[in-house]
Amino acid sequence: MAEETAPLLETRALARHFHIGGLFSTARLHAVDDLDLVIRPREILAVVGESGSGKSTIARLLAKVYEPTSGDILFRCRSLRDVRTRADLLAYRGQVPMVFQDPFSSLNPVHPIGYALLRGLALHQPSLSANEREAAAVRALESVGLSPARQVMARYPHEMSGGQRQRVGFAQALSYQPSLVLADEPVSMLDVSIRIGVLNLMARLCAEDGISFLYITHDIASARYVSHRIVVMYAGRVAESGPTEDVLHRPVHPYTRLLLSAVPDPRAPITLTAADTGEPPRVVNPGEGCRFRRRCPLAVAKCATMTPMLSQAAPGHQAACHVTAPSGPTPK
Amino acid sequence: MIADPILDVADITVEYSTAGEPARAVDHVSFQVARGEFLGIVGESGCGKSTLLFAIAQLLSPPAELVSGSVTFKGRDMVGLVGETLRAMRWRDYSVVMQSAMNALNPVKTVAAQYEDAMRAHGMSDRRRIRARSQEVLALVGIDAIHLKSYPHQLSGGMRQRVMIAMALLLSPELIVMDEPTSALDVVAQRSLMVQVKELQRRLGFAVIFVTHDMSLVGHFSDRLAVMYAGRIVEIGPTRPLFANPQHPYTRGLLDSFPSVYGPKVPLTGIPGAPPDLSDLPSGCRFRPRCPKVMPRCAEIEPALYVSGEAHVRCLLYELADG
Repeated sequence: MAEETAPLLETRALARHFHIGGLFSTARLHAVDDLDLVIRPREILAVVGESGSGKSTIARLLAKVYEPTSGDILFRCRSLRDVRTRADLLAYRGQVPMVFQDPFSSLNPVHPIGYALLRGLALHQPSLSANEREAAAVRALESVGLSPARQVMARYPHEMSGGQRQRVGFAQALSYQPSLVLADEPVSMLDVSIRIGVLNLMARLCAEDGISFLYITHDIASARYVSHRIVVMYAGRVAESGPTEDVLHRPVHPYTRLLLSAVPDPRAPITLTAADTGEPPRVVNPGEGCRFRRRCPLAVAKCATMTPMLSQAAPGHQAACHVTAPSGPTPK
Repeated sequence: MIADPILDVADITVEYSTAGEPARAVDHVSFQVARGEFLGIVGESGCGKSTLLFAIAQLLSPPAELVSGSVTFKGRDMVGLVGETLRAMRWRDYSVVMQSAMNALNPVKTVAAQYEDAMRAHGMSDRRRIRARSQEVLALVGIDAIHLKSYPHQLSGGMRQRVMIAMALLLSPELIVMDEPTSALDVVAQRSLMVQVKELQRRLGFAVIFVTHDMSLVGHFSDRLAVMYAGRIVEIGPTRPLFANPQHPYTRGLLDSFPSVYGPKVPLTGIPGAPPDLSDLPSGCRFRPRCPKVMPRCAEIEPALYVSGEAHVRCLLYELADG
């Protein structure tokens, strides 16, 4: 049981800053700050936020596309700083593959689907024989509902619909028998009527095959639909996190409340006025203070001088707000 | 029928010429818009909603071609109007707000210069009046007049989209046509823009045609809703009843594709399959291959729009209800 609850992947005070402006500029864009994330086995963790909230930077840090500015990422209790050689990197990316947002540009148009799958397998699992690779590709395509797999492998990307291509993206990731899939907005480019199919696929793969997902999205309703836990990001910091139903039914952070009130849902009453025009800040050289304070209806003087730390609102449910989740002096 | 509609779209068909058979993106579509009405048009990509809007605004260019039908705006047939006649009507009588304001605004001109161009083109030359009107419309969308001196790149996506909407209001047109104006924005910005457009519309009384792929977005704002599938309107009716009681299986499927953040969590199925290729349509009903309520007759008869309750529905299930 202890093994079940041990984190699969964990980040500790993870931060990523970007240098912006000219050569001598001292401007630093803080894309992610102070991130402590835990992804457990057999879990779908949703990271929700607007553009500029740092959610895609998180995916890229975890995929080792970006190196952290500070902090650490631990996969199965091993620091990613130790993943240095090309072979190690390929093995890690086979364990933690990424599915991209745009199914129209993430597949090479000049090669058939089978090529993309087999080439990926040859890179990430070099110990497999050609026959084993073929079998793994077929299995992966069938598990995402693309059959007959052998015919699908002979088709070119342009012969497939957006939903089918995104399934190919998932098949590619699954063929490596991963433990965690990083899915960055995997359904936002798909038509409404086929999104649910892809979300259901993620839920099934998690429940039946025990694969964990990091589901990055701006769509809080779809996050609720598939995720077990949710992390709400604002301007590079975690505003609130916890069990999904708990966070969405009893939101603590004013930003989570704002996001929920803006969800287009014809079944719900309109609560938002035009007053909040929804401009997330660019976080260049931020000082102390809550990054949401300029939009926050509850802001007090303290919010401008002290960055709120996450504090517990309910078991497993944390929020970073001086007003709604006041904390004592946090041991840090 | 609407008495004295501001816009009467009658039986229009638009085809894209291809190497083989032309693809019919809009197939015999008719509807009317009342003065001051907010009409939503929803559908998935490739359903013809943007082409329809281009046909209304007389913006089609080859390979798209209007094959038949008429577009009557304020009693005048717009089809075939060109050059000066059309230019005089644009901005003054109707304006169009496009999907991405990033591409619609000129990057090397300030907001003020672009507003001035539009007003001068319509015979306004008094600089003070031009300036006053520019400030007025910006204030309508909640942007400080200081941004008249801004270039588009200095504004956020939400502000650029608001600048475009303000520009559409410059000459107080009676109809504003919007093509997914909020799809590039974050949810909070999107919602705030919708609330603002609706308030302006109530206050100034213009009519709106709002095209979107996101049905849940227009739910609170449109008076009527038209749902398009594969080039045709499959259901059209007042928004509230249409949401409460969707009749066409496609409309129902679309609505059931949106997970909700409220209420109990229910498993959803979406709609299996994908929309058909417009140059290779199925016989009979176009939704038949994806329809959960398909009957043998659906392959033989192409359904018409039948009256059912307050709506018109293109489905054989409602054929008999239509007296």
